[in-house]
Amino acid sequence: MIMNDKIYSGILKGTAILFVVLFSGFIGTLATNSWESLEIFGLGFLSGREWNPVTVQFGAWPFILGTLLTSFLALAISLPFSLATGILLGEYVKSPGLARFASVFVNLLASIPSVVFGLWGLAVVVPLVQRLQMVLGVPPYGVGIFSSSIVLAIMIMPFMASMTREVLKNVPESVRHGALALGMTKQEVVLGISLPYVRSGIAAGVLLALGRALGETMAVTMLIGNATRVPSSIFSLGNTLASVIASQFNEAESDVHRSAMMLLALVLLSLTFIINAAGRKIISSGAGRNHGRI
Amino acid sequence: MKKAITPSALAAVFLCLVLGAAGAQGAVSLLGSGASFPAPIYSKMFDVYARETGVKVNYQAIGSSGGLKNIMDRVVDFGGSDSFVKDADFSKYPGTIVHIPTVAGAVVVTYNLPGSPKLRLTGDVVAEIFLGNIVKWNDAKIASLNPQLKLPNLPIMPVYRSDGSGTTFNFTAYLNAVSAEWKSKVGSANSVSWPVGQGAAQNAGVAGVVARTPGSVGYVELAYANQNKLAVASIRNSSGNWIEPSLESTSAAAAGSMPKDTRILLVDTNASEGYPICALTWIIVYKEQNYGGRTREQAKAVVDLLWWITHEGQKYTNALDYAPLSDSAVKAAEAIIKGITYGGASLR
Amino acid sequence: MGAFDHDEGYRLRVRKNAAFTWLVLLPSLLVLAILAVIVLTVFLKGVKALNPRFFLETQKPFGDPGGGIANGIVGSVMVLGIAALVSVPLSILAALHLVEKSSSFLSTLLRLVVDSLQGIPSIVIGVVIYAWMVVSLGSFSAFSGGIALALIMIPTVTTSIQEVLLLVPASYMEAAISLGVPRWRASLGILLPAAKSGILNGVGLGIARISGETAPLLFTAFGNPFMNLNAAKPTGAIPLIIYEYIKSPYADWHEKAWGAALILVAFVFALNMAVGARKTDKSR
Repeated sequence: MIMNDKIYSGILKGTAILFVVLFSGFIGTLATNSWESLEIFGLGFLSGREWNPVTVQFGAWPFILGTLLTSFLALAISLPFSLATGILLGEYVKSPGLARFASVFVNLLASIPSVVFGLWGLAVVVPLVQRLQMVLGVPPYGVGIFSSSIVLAIMIMPFMASMTREVLKNVPESVRHGALALGMTKQEVVLGISLPYVRSGIAAGVLLALGRALGETMAVTMLIGNATRVPSSIFSLGNTLASVIASQFNEAESDVHRSAMMLLALVLLSLTFIINAAGRKIISSGAGRNHGRI
Repeated sequence: MKKAITPSALAAVFLCLVLGAAGAQGAVSLLGSGASFPAPIYSKMFDVYARETGVKVNYQAIGSSGGLKNIMDRVVDFGGSDSFVKDADFSKYPGTIVHIPTVAGAVVVTYNLPGSPKLRLTGDVVAEIFLGNIVKWNDAKIASLNPQLKLPNLPIMPVYRSDGSGTTFNFTAYLNAVSAEWKSKVGSANSVSWPVGQGAAQNAGVAGVVARTPGSVGYVELAYANQNKLAVASIRNSSGNWIEPSLESTSAAAAGSMPKDTRILLVDTNASEGYPICALTWIIVYKEQNYGGRTREQAKAVVDLLWWITHEGQKYTNALDYAPLSDSAVKAAEAIIKGITYGGASLR
Repeated sequence: MGAFDHDEGYRLRVRKNAAFTWLVLLPSLLVLAILAVIVLTVFLKGVKALNPRFFLETQKPFGDPGGGIANGIVGSVMVLGIAALVSVPLSILAALHLVEKSSSFLSTLLRLVVDSLQGIPSIVIGVVIYAWMVVSLGSFSAFSGGIALALIMIPTVTTSIQEVLLLVPASYMEAAISLGVPRWRASLGILLPAAKSGILNGVGLGIARISGETAPLLFTAFGNPFMNLNAAKPTGAIPLIIYEYIKSPYADWHEKAWGAALILVAFVFALNMAVGARKTDKSR
């Protein structure tokens, strides 16, 4: 078989183009399928506060808000825990056996079906939140944006922790040893040297985790209470873009209803696109700086 | 050396695929998709049917609207649906479709109250609860229906199905029929915009929330309530009788007059012993079976299956908590099945 | 005095350090505990359903004794196999493109496509593949299910392969090329083998990611209560069975759903252990 650099480069380029074409086709299919509702509602779809299959009135605002609320709340909850775990694995535990255990464990957790997280959340998290809500004097629904955020936080924790551990690997061991030799405590090394060194990597990890949280479907669908009203607080019942699609798509009666959900998918896709693009931008600018230093 | 692992694994998978593709096509097999409500009884029926006739029927519960879309796209032999196709939608299908009723089901109102008293409710009161007009269990409207009970001063929390479902369709269709306010403010559909309350996914979700939340009230399918021994309310039907939901009162609801095409809402039945929140579930097929290169054999298999479901198959319903078809529904189904053709000729 | 001050400051630093260690350790232990509880829940709820018949028999209707998920196990292996077969080569090529031509416009575009693919709700992927493959071919199939899952798997696999490729020291490639080895040989002969364990890990992670997916299979692989070995026909899958059973009214089916979830998790666990074991072999 004749192989040369030109063919090789051509194959790579071909693959890249195939990806781009497939993705465009995907967007195209989504766009054609959502055209009907786009024609009816226009850009007002984004700010529309009502979602009513009976009157065939559809607006995405309750779900955009619900998605942003759950995702950012989940991020805020999981950040201290994932940072701690990442630092523990990246800075304190240096045994390769433990590191391997951690990576197997992360994969294992990634494989637990989302529906199982949902069931677990219903059995464990919801009653706890219900108790908290009674203490706070808000309606004790149990389910809602807050409960979904907690479970979502648990779901993205392994991912963020392993991202943190990975970027901490980039801190040259010699820098660490030097600092310790100069009499710095471990805490001073971590807070003063390692974390600032990988700041951009962690920021990017956070954004990528956010990208995951935005699209998470089944567990959220089971825990968020599925109200189509605009959420008024973090204890409100709500819906995310993904959860409303998951809960209504299979039984949508009118074509407009179905096409409105396709439009929701496009909105979600754009949201993810923006978040990921921002994350990549930080990684590429950060990576450049790190390279300069080493 | 580096190639040793992956190619062998790939080869194994390929071999599996090739062998699979070469596997015998053998006997006729049929494909159906749609409503999840009748899925358990269908799985029982089709298991027996496969052993008795060798015809394998694969039914997947992807949801009523998914089933209708699949039959519209002609990728399945039959679709299953909890709601019938509206007149205006008939033209969307590439051929004439017919509805064959298979079993009947009921939707029950379940609640969580201290001491699990047996409640009596009217449709109007149920509507007012789900509209948010009645907010306490000791409201005079509920108390007057249940004079023998001492109802607690507990806030009512309505629980609804968050996923689109035929259950919601039938429940809201009933409220539509009995409450003008419900009809104007909410309406009836597989998913509606609920004025109050909290959503939960699937029957299990609704039952779960009701089970752990004192003061809650929800609606689930009868089979679900029976299997899980839930507290259920008796509802006053249009003849003025208090009817407990049961398989008998469900079948009775369908015992009234049946239109030729069987497309009928059973809710708010005028049968005197009928439970008022009942519904049929249907299988939907094309009247003319000669399409898309289908063989006569395949068409005949569809018709035989439908006949079997509406006759021999009915004896498996009670054990799984489904209500069998009433005689009038079976009669109507027979006429429809006899009208199914292949190349214009009847198959039965 | 001065020496005392120093001592005081030093003690404060030591105490701060100790406090920080706990600050890192305690949340990590909590995370570990929560995750262990979840895994344990799946195990305890699922193990009740397990017996030989559960693995060997196909699904039975409610009320019949016995019955298993053999049709789903075989179907899942088939669908996951197709997904891996389709996505792994594409992901490797895409990752190579991203690493070797990292500054090109096409790479930027590719990166965004791969990231965004991750943001599509999986049910939407199922719907699009239904429109593309099922309707046009006129039949549900294991193959269309595999393609839908491949699309979900590609971002995970591509990203993790790209990460390990980046870890291969640039000097390896530079040395090879300066010795006159053609670029393609250097890529396939040096870059990929050096990153082999990472690639396997990425594939493991990718399969873990898709093995529990239900929504994209509803409209593609479809499900099948009978045993099916034909990739062109509708096929059962474990997640589809979990979905079917968990929404049923029957306690027995709920137990079986947990059993199926346990098998799924155990399968991915075993897969990852195999990858882990391979890594150890290599390091020796």
